[in-house]
Amino acid sequence: MSLCDESAVTLARRLRTGGISSRELTESVLERIEAREPDLNAFVTVTRDRALEAADRADRRFREGQAVPPLNGLPVAVKDNLCTRGVPTTCAARILQSYVPPYDATVVERLKRQGAVILGKTNLDQFGMGSSTENSVFGPTRNPHDPDVVPGGSSGGSAAALAAGETVLALGTDTGGSIRLPAAYCGVVGVKPTYGRVSRYGLVSYASSLDQVGAMGRRVEDCALLLGAICGRDPRDSTSADVPVPDFTDGLERGVRGLRIGLPGEYFVEGLDPGIRASVREAVALLEREGAEIREVSLPHTRYAISAYYLIATAEASSNLARFDGVRYGFRASSRGDDLLGMYEATRSEGFSREVKRRIILGSYVLSAGYYDAYYLKAQKVRRLVKEDFDRVFETVDCLAAPVSPCLPFRLGEKMDDPLQMYLVDVYTAPLNMSGLPGLSLPCGRVQGLPVGLQLIGRAFDEAVLLRAACAYQQAAGGSDGP
Amino acid sequence: MEHEVIICFEVHAELSTRTKLFCGCRNEPGAPPNVHVCPVCTGQPGALPVLNRRAVESCVRAGLALDCEINADARFARKNYFYPDLPKGYQISQYERPFCENGCLEIDGDDGRPYPVGIRRIHLEEDAGKLVHGAESFEEADFSLVDFNRASVPLIEIVADHTRNPLRSVREARAFLEKMRQLLRYTGVSDCSMEKGQLRCDVNVSVRPSGAAEYGHRAEIKNMASFRSVTEALEHEIERQSALLRSGKPVVQETRLFDEERRVTLPMRSKEDAPDYRYFPDPDLVEVRLDREAVEAVRRAMPELPDRRVDRLVSRLGIPRDEAAVLTRDRAVSDFFDRCTPFCEDPARLSRWVIKDLFRLLNQAGLEPADCPFGPEAFSRLVNLVAAGEVTEQAARGVLDDMFRTGKPPDVLVEEKGVRSIRDDETLERMVDEVLVEHPEVAAKVRSGRKEPINFLVGMVMRKSSGRADAGRVRELLETKL
Repeated sequence: MSLCDESAVTLARRLRTGGISSRELTESVLERIEAREPDLNAFVTVTRDRALEAADRADRRFREGQAVPPLNGLPVAVKDNLCTRGVPTTCAARILQSYVPPYDATVVERLKRQGAVILGKTNLDQFGMGSSTENSVFGPTRNPHDPDVVPGGSSGGSAAALAAGETVLALGTDTGGSIRLPAAYCGVVGVKPTYGRVSRYGLVSYASSLDQVGAMGRRVEDCALLLGAICGRDPRDSTSADVPVPDFTDGLERGVRGLRIGLPGEYFVEGLDPGIRASVREAVALLEREGAEIREVSLPHTRYAISAYYLIATAEASSNLARFDGVRYGFRASSRGDDLLGMYEATRSEGFSREVKRRIILGSYVLSAGYYDAYYLKAQKVRRLVKEDFDRVFETVDCLAAPVSPCLPFRLGEKMDDPLQMYLVDVYTAPLNMSGLPGLSLPCGRVQGLPVGLQLIGRAFDEAVLLRAACAYQQAAGGSDGP
Repeated sequence: MEHEVIICFEVHAELSTRTKLFCGCRNEPGAPPNVHVCPVCTGQPGALPVLNRRAVESCVRAGLALDCEINADARFARKNYFYPDLPKGYQISQYERPFCENGCLEIDGDDGRPYPVGIRRIHLEEDAGKLVHGAESFEEADFSLVDFNRASVPLIEIVADHTRNPLRSVREARAFLEKMRQLLRYTGVSDCSMEKGQLRCDVNVSVRPSGAAEYGHRAEIKNMASFRSVTEALEHEIERQSALLRSGKPVVQETRLFDEERRVTLPMRSKEDAPDYRYFPDPDLVEVRLDREAVEAVRRAMPELPDRRVDRLVSRLGIPRDEAAVLTRDRAVSDFFDRCTPFCEDPARLSRWVIKDLFRLLNQAGLEPADCPFGPEAFSRLVNLVAAGEVTEQAARGVLDDMFRTGKPPDVLVEEKGVRSIRDDETLERMVDEVLVEHPEVAAKVRSGRKEPINFLVGMVMRKSSGRADAGRVRELLETKL
C-alpha cells in the first residue's frame, strides 16, 4: 500500500508527527495519477507544479511549527465545475473548454487557506448533467473496479480518483445525486450537505435551488475532516445559511446505540436491484445489532419526486446556461453566419452536448407562457409535499437508511441512448435535493463484484448524525474495500 | 370626430446608489469603459448576486413618495432573453410581488382640479451594459463593443395604472413626468438626468371616439430620450391613431419606436411577436423581508415632499402659491430657502430674492445652492438690509454679486463699496437743489404741469448719490420743491 492509498486522517497525523512530508505524499499521488490516468481519465487537468509548490508551502508551515490547519499538506482533487483562479474550469463542456476563471470558488479559497494541496480538476458529466460521467467533452471516466462500467456521475472523476488512490480527498457537487451515486459506484464515501451549508459561490450553476458542494473520501472520518473545512456562511452566497458548524470529527465514534433509523418503504419497491436490496437490508441489520432502533416509515410522495425534479432542475438550467452565448468568454463558433442570432445558434449548438441541449430545451418549455403553471408551479407543489413527507418522519426517527441507486454500476454506453433510463438512476437521491436535506453514501458490500452504496438521510443541518452512523457501520463491517 | 385619449407610462429611473444592485462595484455613470466590473456583474460562471440593501431602501422611498403599499415579502425574478449587453442571459427583475404596489401621483388635471393618477407598481431591477457599435447602427457595424459599467446598476420601473385615473392629454402627460422627476430627485432616489439616460420611459397610448364605451387597442412607444421627444411622440401617435379611426381602420396592438431623427413613431413588433420572457423566481436570491419597522424607518427619514412644502410656505409664510411652487421645484433651492427663513424678517421679499437673484447667479455659474460661496445667514442679512432701507435694491444686487465672487459678508461689502443708503433728508435736499440748478429747463417743464420729465430729475439725483438714495424719497422731495 502506497502513501496515496492511506486515509486522510492517518496521513494528517503522519504529516503532523513529521513521519512524512507533504511533498512525499503529493509525489506519491502524482505518480499514481501518471500510472492510472491513461485507463481511468478521472482528471481533466492536473496542476502538477502548483501542487508541488503548495506541498512545499505546507511542509514549511509544519516546520515553522505555527498552529497548522487540519487539512495542511493533504492532496485534494476538485471537480471541474468549481472555479479555480488561473486554472481552466471547463464543466467538461466545449463551450467552456478555454475558460480560465479570474477568481476562486469560496470552497477552493477555503481549501487553499487551510493549506490543502490542490491536485487538479476532475472529470464530470457536462455541467453536472448526467449520472455516468460519459457525457464529457474529454471522454468518459472509467470505474477503477471494472474498466467497462461507469463510475457514476456527475462527480465520477472525483470518485474514481479516490478509488484509484489518485487523490486523498475530493470535492464533488450534487444536484440530484451527483456525489452519492459515484461514491456508491466507486466504493467510496460522499456527503451531500444540507442546502445552504456550503457556499455555492464559484460553483458553475446547473440548478441553483438544488446544487450543493460536498466532501468525498475513502473513509467516513476523511469526509468529516473535509466537510468541516468547507462549511459555513458565505456573504457572497445569499442562499448560504448562518448556522453554526460543529466539529464533524468530534464524537464520530460514539456509535448508534439508541439511534432511531427509519426505513422508507417507498425506497425498496419494484425496480430496485434485488442484490442491492439485500446488501442494504444487511447493512441495516448490522446497525441494529450495534444498538440502533429500526423503524419502517413512509414517504408517500416519493414516486412523484423524480418527475418534479427534472422539471425544476431543467427550468433553472435553461436560465443558468443562458450566459454561455459566445460573447464574453469561452468558445465561439467560427461558422457563425453574418448576424448575432446566427452566432448564438452556432455557438450554442456546437458548444453544448446533446444532453445539455435536451435539458435546456425541456427547461425552456417548462417556463414558457401557458405551460408555467402546469409544469413549473406544479413541480414546486410536489417539491413541498416531498419535503413535508421528510419533516413528518423526522419527528419519529433521527435518520433514514436507503439504497443510493436502484441499479448496479452499468456498462459504458448502456444508457446513453435512453435518457429516461439514465434519469431514473437518480430516483433515490434527487428527493433529498428537492428537500434540501443532507445525505451520505457509503460502501456496504458488493454485488457481482461491484460496489453497492448505502444512503443515510438526515434532518436539515444534521450531517453529524449521518457521519456518526456511517462511522459505526464502517467499524462494524470492518476494513477498507479497495478495488 | 372628437377623440379621447388614454396615456399610460412605464418610467425607468436609475438609482443614485454608491454601488451596484448585486455586487460591490461602483455605480458611476460616465466612468471609462469596463473599470467598474467584477465576476458578478459580468456574469462569470459561478458568480452569485448579493442584494444591495440601499437600493431596496431607495425603491421603498420612491414607493412612499408615490403613496404605494409596501410588500412585506417581495422577491426577485429572472427575465430571460438574449442580448450581448446582458451578461447572464437574463435580467434580475421583479415579477410577482414587487416592492411597491397601488400608489398614485397627484397632478393638476386639465380641468384645473387635482388629479391622482394611479400607479400600479414599482419594482427594482438591474440595468444591462451598454453596446458601442463600430458604425452608426448595430446592423451596419462590423463589430460592437460592450461596456459593463452599467451592468447591474439598480433601476426602478414605475408602472402607471391605466384603470385608475389614466392621463388624458399630452399636457397631463408632461405634468406627470415632471412631477415624477421632481419627487424622485427630492427623495434622493435618482438624479433623473434624461441626457445621461438615468430617466427613460415607455408609454402606452390608446385613442377612442368621445363617448365610446370601449377603448381601442393600444400602442406602446419606446426609445424616447427627452421630455421633448415624449411630447412629440405622443402628439404624433395620437394623431396617427385618430386618423386611423377617422378613416374607419383598426388600431393594431403593437410596440412602436420613436425615431429621434424623423420625429415620428415607427412599428417595431406586433403583439404576436412579443417575446416570452419566461419569468420565474430567482433561486439565487432569498425572499426580502420588509417588516413594518423597516418601512417606518424609511418613512421617518423621508424629506418633506414638494406639495407639503408649497402648503407650508403659503400658509405659514404668506408666500404666493405660484412663487412657492417655483421655490420648491428643486429640493436644494427649497432647502436653502428654508435655512434662510429663521434669519429673515421678510419671507415674501426673501422669496423674490431667491427666485430672481439667487437663481440668476447660480444659473450663470452653473452651481448648486450647496456650492454657493455664502450661506443662508449672509443671504438673509442682505435681504434684511434691503427691507430696512439700509441698502437700495439696486445696490444690494451689486453687493450680492460681490458676495458670490468673494464670499465676504454683506455688511463688510456695504461699507467697502460705500453703498449704505443716504437716509438724512438734509443731504438728499442738497442734492435735489443741485440737480434743479443744473437742469433749469427740465425743472421748468415740470413746473408747467408735465409729469414725466420728473423721472429724468430723479435719475440725476440717483446718479449723484451713486445709487445710495431712496428713489421714492427723492421723488417726494422733488415734488415738494417744484
